[in-house]
Amino acid sequence: MQFDSLADFFAMGGYGFYVWLSFGVSALMMVAITVQTRMEHSKLLAQITTEKQRQVRIEKARKMKNVSHVR
Amino acid sequence: MWKWLHPYAQPKRAYQLCTTLTPWFWTAAVMCLALGTIWGLAFAPQDYQQGDSFRIIYIHVPSAMLSMSSYVAMAMAALVGIIWQWRTAYMTMIAIAPIGATMTFIALITGAAWGKPMWGAWWVWDARLTSELILLFLYFGVIALYSAFEDKQQAGKAAGVMALVGVVNIPIIHFSVEWWNTLHQGSTITKLDKPSIATDMLWPLLINLLGFGLFIAAVTTMRLRNEIIRREIHRPWVQSLVEQKEQDHAV
Repeated sequence: MQFDSLADFFAMGGYGFYVWLSFGVSALMMVAITVQTRMEHSKLLAQITTEKQRQVRIEKARKMKNVSHVR
Repeated sequence: MWKWLHPYAQPKRAYQLCTTLTPWFWTAAVMCLALGTIWGLAFAPQDYQQGDSFRIIYIHVPSAMLSMSSYVAMAMAALVGIIWQWRTAYMTMIAIAPIGATMTFIALITGAAWGKPMWGAWWVWDARLTSELILLFLYFGVIALYSAFEDKQQAGKAAGVMALVGVVNIPIIHFSVEWWNTLHQGSTITKLDKPSIATDMLWPLLINLLGFGLFIAAVTTMRLRNEIIRREIHRPWVQSLVEQKEQDHAV
């Protein structure tokens, strides 16, 4: 360990602001793109599900119509 | 010779490959990044000239190097797409673009935060900095051009040509510190002779470089999966993906 105390570590020899700014922004960007990618994935899967349910409803409605015709 | 590669041009196979690879990339990336960052921040020795501000190197150099490597990878995908008309190649190209842009952005921000205490300025219009900024705009250009077309095969072709033309910028970035008088220091690692950096400082840097590479690979495989789903959304095999998920949840 290059630092004597935790306070020393955060101070980074007087360059704390610049060092933590760099690491902070980088971490934030990397988390952001990961979260965005994951959200996109679940959104696409949800889109498939809604599309499928719609197909089922259409199919059902069509059958009902046929039944009423017979009557 | 390249025959083993051909099945992966098929979107379904590419999707399955990504699904297998993603968790491995994530595990390795998190491990490398944690190790490299902690080592670099807390245990690497101080620089005798720059004090602790040099620790920014542990993200600045990996992100800058990989922003260029990602661009080359993206351009290679574009080339494959143009020559062999592989749809998956264009999908790979557009999967890499956002993460490449992110890396470029990180390189620019960390460079500014390093430049302020060392040079006294957040930004200077110097050859290295300007060419890296152009790289960011090239990434934006590829993304924008791809989303401008309704027909994604056309979009891939147009964005692919742009990606290929932009490759010219890569050697300019790399050699800018030699060709022009710049404020930016010369290379310390990618030199043909021994790197001019202490080994205690070099190890965490190499580990972080690997970590960033793995992170890019992980995000790229995830984004490629998304792109494949988006393009193949009406195919039966994509539709059955949801069924599988539902069954997993039901059990």
